[in-house]
This record gives sequence, structure tokens and C-alpha cells, in this order.
Amino acid sequence: MAWFRKDKKARQPRRERHEIPADAWEKCEACAHTDIREKFARNLNVCPNCDYHRRLRAVEYVQLLLDDDKWEETETELRSIDALGFPDYEARLKKARTNAGETDAILTVAGTLGEMPVNLGVMDFAFMGGSMGSVVGEKIARLAQRSLERKHPLIVISASGGARMQEGVLSLMQMAKVSAVLSQLADRRIPYVSILTNPTTGGVSASYAMLGDAILAEPGAVIGFAGPRVIKQTLGQDLPEGFQTAEFLLDHGILDDVVHRKDLRQTVGRLLRHMSGKPAASAWAIT
Amino acid sequence: MASTPTLEFERPIFELEKQIDELKKLAGDQQLSVAVEIEPLERKLDTLREQVYRNLSPLQRLQVARSNKRPFTLDYVRLCFTDFVELHGDRAFREDAAIVGGWARLDGETVMIIGHQRGRDTKENLKRNFGMPHPEGYRKALRLMKLAEKFQVPVFTFIDTPGAWAGLGAEERGQAEAIARNLFEMSSLATPIIATVIGEGGSGGALALGVADRVLMLENSVYSVITVEGCAAILWKDGKSPEMRHRAATALKITAPDLLDLGVIDEIVPEPAGGAHANHEVAAKALQEALIKHYEELRRYKPEKLVRKRREKYLKIGKYVE
Repeated sequence: MAWFRKDKKARQPRRERHEIPADAWEKCEACAHTDIREKFARNLNVCPNCDYHRRLRAVEYVQLLLDDDKWEETETELRSIDALGFPDYEARLKKARTNAGETDAILTVAGTLGEMPVNLGVMDFAFMGGSMGSVVGEKIARLAQRSLERKHPLIVISASGGARMQEGVLSLMQMAKVSAVLSQLADRRIPYVSILTNPTTGGVSASYAMLGDAILAEPGAVIGFAGPRVIKQTLGQDLPEGFQTAEFLLDHGILDDVVHRKDLRQTVGRLLRHMSGKPAASAWAIT
Repeated sequence: MASTPTLEFERPIFELEKQIDELKKLAGDQQLSVAVEIEPLERKLDTLREQVYRNLSPLQRLQVARSNKRPFTLDYVRLCFTDFVELHGDRAFREDAAIVGGWARLDGETVMIIGHQRGRDTKENLKRNFGMPHPEGYRKALRLMKLAEKFQVPVFTFIDTPGAWAGLGAEERGQAEAIARNLFEMSSLATPIIATVIGEGGSGGALALGVADRVLMLENSVYSVITVEGCAAILWKDGKSPEMRHRAATALKITAPDLLDLGVIDEIVPEPAGGAHANHEVAAKALQEALIKHYEELRRYKPEKLVRKRREKYLKIGKYVE
């Protein structure tokens, strides 16, 4: 037998073997754990060390929740305008479109989740802090109308600092508008699941985000009406540890559950099936 | 009687009022008739009030809206309605005095009243938290709306708040959920709702009483998505200086004519010259007339049609291109 006599190759020096380009590393904002970007990505952008749920882009949530290649974007033509002549708003919009690569702070799609048709809206914090103006309100309202017409469940994933002040009271009224269309959905017994991600505050939390038949949140997400900074200011003292986190809200009876990102698709799928009187999904369809 | 000026632009009005008062006092002391002297002065006072109030900047209007001399919800309740019976509490946590409500009669007919209530002095403001409700205040409001729906009477709401309270307890008890729930329930409440902004309409905390078939604004009231101070602080890192506050107040389009232009409100209720605080009775009379008029129009609709029209109205609000 020749195998044990096989010539050993000279060992490569360790340094060279592990050479990874500097920009392939990612660092967790919460625990400073550093790992290969690929590892973060495989872990749905959740820190492999501390479980911190880092931000996802809107389209990544669509890919996470919906069946592969079974979805298409809706309401692609709506664009925000500077209706009030607000200083710098046009420029900010332009910058946001360039930087975020999106048309506004929400992506709306029609697709399937475990082969069940659903309408999904995902807010994108990268676009002006996920702020809600006329376009965000109108896109959700139209998405909900699709749900009404087709009797398909509605899912909205929120990530927002609140109403977009550059659109003044028009953005405030989007809270009423979306709530009005959600009340129609409720009349027709069409399920609506609201998912809160980091952060969900202001006019978004005080309207559709808190109106789900089920309200779920990602671990550690900051959720509240007033932002932590504002409360700190009114109180004049530091806020208690963990105040306004998803876990805090769960403890105070405001959320149905806090769900890890890896379990989100399955949980939402089950909820929607329960609420629309459908049988359990076959194992292959939902996982 | 002359009041102390809390608003800088009212100083000329104040000076003239003082002059008239002194003249009257002098005449009273010396048993003289000064009608001839006083009459032109009073005419001048009227013109002055009109002039000052016609040219108010948005920031000045905000100052008027916030004035603690303006009539508050309970003043309008006393002046426009009869037979008021106040109802307290959310039946769950506690009474929140920042929102008041109860049964009353308008023009003889039973109605439900719900409104933010501010305090005139420090002591009352501590009780009423400066008109900034906690979640239990909004939940009380919803309880009363449901009561009105049950007994088929219309709901009249009065908006007068800097905003919903931002604090630990408010967050723990679900401030966002309480506001959201009201927006949702008001969208389907099967009875007429008429909302009036009587002072400051501050953001979600105002809207939580403001989803209605008709939304009216008093001439000097304001309605905004964020406080002028908050807006200036976020955008220009300066929420205190008059220049930046003026800039924000102008940019946000918060006055009654602005909101009428934007299609958000249905009517502006005129205030007496010199603002509602110059004459509570006259202000209340105009409001009462407007409320009766709008209710007369709304009562013709069946509840289902009211709800449908209300939802359609909100679905149309917004400006965008496609």
C-alpha cells in the first residue's frame, strides 16, 4: 500500500491560507463581534454571536417571507411630490432615491407564502428613515384594496420613525386613511398581520403597525409612540434598561409575540392559515 | 376690561383697552358722561383688533391657538350645549382628566361630547397634564364613542392638545395602540362624528379624536403633524429661536386656510375680532351654529352610508404623482 508513503506537500504558511479581503468582514453593531460577511448573510443578517437583528432591506424581507420567484411588485408608478413647497424636500427625495435605490419608503408586492396568495408591504428605513408620506399611505391603501378585492391576507412589515413632516398634515392624515381601509378589511374578515422591526415609532406605530389581527416583532426592535430621545427629554432622566424594546412590549401585553427572523416565515404562514380557515401547510410548502 | 398681554403682537390692543378702561373709571369717579370720547376709541379698538388679527403669521396664530385665555372644551360645552353630564374613566386603568366627555344637548337633542381639556392655571394644568392624554384618556374617549353609537346619538369632538403624552407610563400602557385603535374604530363608528379643532391640533394625539364626517377648524386654530419646535429641532437643530420656529410654522402649513386648501378640513369657523379669547360668547355662538348646520346635513344619512362616505373621504387624502 502506497498511501502512507505518499509525499507530504509542504504546508502553506497559515497567514496566506486565511487571507480574506478586508472588506469581506462585518461587525455587529450591538456586540462588536466581527465575522465574515457571508456568515452574517447566511444567518439572515442576524449576528451569529449575540442574535442582534440587523437591518434588512425591503426586498430581503420579501425574499425571506414569500415563495421564490412567486411575487411581483405592485404600484410601481407612485412618486412623492413636494405638495407644500417644503424647504429642501425635493432635494432630500432625490438623494433618498439615489442612496436607497427605491422609489419611496415602502415596497409593495403580491405573491404567495407557502403557496397561499398574500399581499405584502415592507417599509424601508433606508429611504428617509422609513417616513410615511402620501405615497406610503396610498401604496398601503391600494395593497389593502387588492386584499379586499381578492380576499387575500395582508402583511405589513414596519420600519419607520413616523410620519414624513415634509408633507405636513397630509402625512398625518395617512394614518387615518390606512386605518380606514383596515377597518374595511376587518369587516370582510380578511386577516392582517403586522410585523414590527427596528425601529417602529410615531405615526406608523400609532396606526397600521398596531392594528394587526396578529402583531409580531423582531427581537430587540425599538417600538413606541414617542421616540426614546423625546421621552428622555421630557423626563430629564435616563430610561430604564430595555425600555421600548420588543421584549418590553411583549411583557406589557402589547404584542402577540416576539419572533426570531429565522422563524418569521413559518409563524406568519401558520397564523394566516389559522385566520383564513385553511388547512395546515404541507411541510415542504412552508419551510 | 383690559387683560394682560401674553401675546406680544396684542400689545397695541392692550394699550388701547387700558386707555378706554381708565377713561371709564375716571368718568365713573366723577359722574361724567364720556360716551362721546369713548365711542371713537372703541371703534378704533375694533379696527385695530381686526387689522392685527388679519395679518397674523402662522407662528403668531400658533401662539393664539395655545393661549390659555382661549375658550377650552368645557367652555364650549357650557356655552353651546345644555344638560351636560360628565362621564369619567376608561373602566380599566384610571380617569384621565386631559380628555373630558359626556352626554349633553345641542339645540335640545342628546349628543355625546368628547374633547381635550387644558388647564387655565398651573394647578389645573397639573391635573389635566396640559391637555396631553395618556392611553387611558383615548380609551375613555373610545368608550364614550361606542356608547354614542349604541344609543344612536352623534359624537362631537373638540381638539385642543399639543400632542399625546410622551412618558414611561404612556408607553407601557400602549399609547400607540390606543391612538391607532381610535383611528380604526372612528373609521367605522355607525353614527355621525363632527370634529372641531378649537386650539392646537397636535399630531396623532389630536387625530385620535379627529377622524370624522366633518372636520371644522376655528379661524385661529392650527393642526400639524409635528410641533413647530420639534420640526425645527430635527431639521435645523434649533427648536427654540423665533426665526427657526417661524420657518417651521410657515413650512408645515398649519393654519385653517392651509388645511382647507389641502382638502383636509371642511369649514373654517369664524372667530370674533381679536380672536376667540376676546369674546368667548361670540366665538361659541358661531361654533354652535356651525355644529348645528353640519349635524342637520349628516343626520339625513343612514349609518352605513355615513361610514362608507367617511372612509371614502379619507381614502382620497394625499398628494402624489403616478
